[in-house]
Amino acid sequence: MKTVWIVPASLIGVAALLAVMNTAVAAGSPLHASPYMITLAGKYLCYAILALSLDLVWGYAGILSLGHGAFFALGGYTMGMYLMREIGARGVYGNAQLPDFMVFLGWHELPWYWSGFDHFAFAALMAPLVPALLALAFGWFAFRARVSGVYLSIITQAMTYALMLAFFRNDMGFGGNNGMTDFKDVLGLPLQADSTRVLLMALSALVLAAAYALCRAIVRSRFGKVLIAIREAEPRTRFLAYRPEVYKLVVWVLAAAMAGIGGALYVGQVGIINPSEFAPANSIEAAIWVAIGGRGTLSGAILGAVLINLGKTWFTSALPEVWLYALGALFILTTLFLPRGIISLFGWRSRPRRPSERVLGGAPREVTG
Amino acid sequence: MSRTLALVFGLLIALSATLRASAQDAYALLASPGFDNIRQGIEELGHSGNPRALPVISALHDGELYQDAGHALFIQTPSGFLDARTGETRADVSADALKKIRVNNRVREAIDEALGALRLFALDPAQRRAAANAAFRAHDPSAIPALDRAIAAETNPKIRRDLTAARAAALLSATEGSVQDKLAAIATVATGGGAHSRVVLEPLQQQAEPVGTAAVAALRSIDRQLQFWRVIQSIYYGISLGSVLLLAATGLAVTFGVMGVINMAHGEMVMLGAYTTFVVQQALGPAWVGLGVLLAVPAAFVVSGGLGIAIERTLIRWLYGRPLETLLATWGLSLVLQQAVRSLFGPDNRPVQPPVWMSGDFQLGGLTLTLNRLAIIVFAALVLAALMAVLRLTPLGLQMRAVTQHRLMAAAMGIATPWIDALTFGLGSGVAGMAGVALSQIDNVSPNLGQSYIIDSFMVVVFGGVGNLWGTALAALTLGIVNKLLEPFAGAVLGKILVLIMLILFIQRKPRGLFPLRSRAAEA
Repeated sequence: MKTVWIVPASLIGVAALLAVMNTAVAAGSPLHASPYMITLAGKYLCYAILALSLDLVWGYAGILSLGHGAFFALGGYTMGMYLMREIGARGVYGNAQLPDFMVFLGWHELPWYWSGFDHFAFAALMAPLVPALLALAFGWFAFRARVSGVYLSIITQAMTYALMLAFFRNDMGFGGNNGMTDFKDVLGLPLQADSTRVLLMALSALVLAAAYALCRAIVRSRFGKVLIAIREAEPRTRFLAYRPEVYKLVVWVLAAAMAGIGGALYVGQVGIINPSEFAPANSIEAAIWVAIGGRGTLSGAILGAVLINLGKTWFTSALPEVWLYALGALFILTTLFLPRGIISLFGWRSRPRRPSERVLGGAPREVTG
Repeated sequence: MSRTLALVFGLLIALSATLRASAQDAYALLASPGFDNIRQGIEELGHSGNPRALPVISALHDGELYQDAGHALFIQTPSGFLDARTGETRADVSADALKKIRVNNRVREAIDEALGALRLFALDPAQRRAAANAAFRAHDPSAIPALDRAIAAETNPKIRRDLTAARAAALLSATEGSVQDKLAAIATVATGGGAHSRVVLEPLQQQAEPVGTAAVAALRSIDRQLQFWRVIQSIYYGISLGSVLLLAATGLAVTFGVMGVINMAHGEMVMLGAYTTFVVQQALGPAWVGLGVLLAVPAAFVVSGGLGIAIERTLIRWLYGRPLETLLATWGLSLVLQQAVRSLFGPDNRPVQPPVWMSGDFQLGGLTLTLNRLAIIVFAALVLAALMAVLRLTPLGLQMRAVTQHRLMAAAMGIATPWIDALTFGLGSGVAGMAGVALSQIDNVSPNLGQSYIIDSFMVVVFGGVGNLWGTALAALTLGIVNKLLEPFAGAVLGKILVLIMLILFIQRKPRGLFPLRSRAAEA
């Protein structure tokens, strides 16, 4: 089997196995996968889509986005809006025209930006489109102005922070700090049903596999080579008559759309979306998944997202006190001793260390990725 | 017959004379039964100009006025009873023989009114001034006679002005009074300004021609004045917020600006400074709250600075030249520090007491200045000045600047660059710790204290231009003032969002901040 198929095949394999363990194995059996496990697996797969998207821009184009969670959350909100409309008259107030929180706030009609979200197809289109448009506007200004390195990281963080503050406001019409929840069904399928959960989990696995294949094709293409050149030495790439801002913008918008799709899948499975998804800490955590898994290797990002979240789930229930120590220590130790991530333990080839980094403890003024 | 008539007349005259005599004796009225008599007594005593009036009515107000079987009045004090008429101590009176003077609500009203008027004549100028301002706020026409007498008796020009304003306000609230008087009163009230003048003038707008228009014009000028003071007040709040931002960002300006190291654990250095304040206060005990805060400044510098050096030696120095990895590692560190503090001190807020000299406020024109905010502004300026002095005047500062400008050349000149790196990082962290002492006075001391400042601090440093302390100071003040000026129009949250958007756009225009560091490198 060619290496290109390993990751997608194993993803689909695991998803299929879990699906079988949920539906075909009896509930009492130790091999039975509970609905909780299915949802958890689906959640991890969505996080992996986010990690993959971040790895594409950070690992290959050297853009460390500390606001990637914003794209994920925006995608989530578009799907949340559709799911909210799908509730119809089954809400607490029984109002078919308005979501519950709008009735509660005393609104009388749906704001214009909610129109269209009655249709699944429209929401599914918006899930990648809205984050992509934000990324386009943001990247257009930032990359043309040659904002790069830590400066870019800091303003992406400011972006997600501003969005978080904005979505906390009730006037925005997105449910304020409670966000959106109490979803009933998607396309007529009840969200609480096991079959829907399995379906969504399997869909997430398929999307992740497809995203992986797409990213792999991108980074192996001529376009991907230029991206790597930009990561290593942006000014030199520019001197060679490439236009780094165009390459960066394309990959940035693409990654944002990908993160948005991940967010849309995520909301269906966890059943809630609220402004805390925009918290800068979430975005930084996503960067950690990538860093620990192995930045600049696509499978490393997926591995990192799944492993760290597995650890988080286990730690927060078993040893909640220790989790932050463990996570913090993991950050520190990985960056110090495992700069190429866990994936490098499996002998994955990654970029060699540049000689300039060895000179006198490096040159702190140089701010490239 | 005529004799009898004359006798009756004579008796009547004599009777009325004694009645009048007793009526004029307000003390007797106070001691007589019936609340109406007591009320009358209070009014008469209040208008008498008798210097004993204030203590007697105050005693009645506090329920400390008593009478004996012979209707003589006594004031109860902790040391014994005083004669109400003379104020002399009366050791011969015992509490058993005395009866308290009772009051009802209408009497209490009369007491308050009389006290208000009497305080206009108090010996203490501050008390007189407060009474004049109270009379202005009450603007009760019945106070005019008392105010007239007070104006005539007043020698202090400032209090006299307040009294005149109070009289004008009272006159405007009266239904009678000539148009000329009213116009003059409007002018007087308008020059005083302030929100209370608005209250006095507002009802006059509907009145007939000259008074109504004058009131409208006066209101407009007062509104302009109030608007002016509101803007000034916003700017003051802005400077105050700016100084907080400056404190939080100065340390970062050193570590990020001078060294190019992204320290995400910077907020935790601030948090540790705040906890140091708590520990020092606990160690000294409740008697030395103020001293505790003062001692906490160097203590926090040592704690955070020492930890900073330790971090640089064990963690950061392995990551030079890899700023994004530094960012992640220090974020991990910040999680560990937060959890460590949470384990040590618990997740709840810790109380830090404000020292006496930092509580309270004072008025400056239409401004209200709170002392703790003022102290933080001064402290921020001092910290900035001290840091600049260190960078410019000490050998350490010289070496730091040399390493910043050209690391290799500095090393070639014999500067131990690794050691300078450690000290620079320690200095930046120590300054963050001192910021924590100030923030402990205005914010909750909790493990999350630092997180709430980290994004703002980064924005300040990037906006100001990396490696330039003046830029940092200007950026912090600008952000603070813009934020507070936007708040009245946009609300606190939307204002903050707008500031963030403006910053993001600004960085697109000038990616290296207000004062970029000049360099020949293609990237810098």
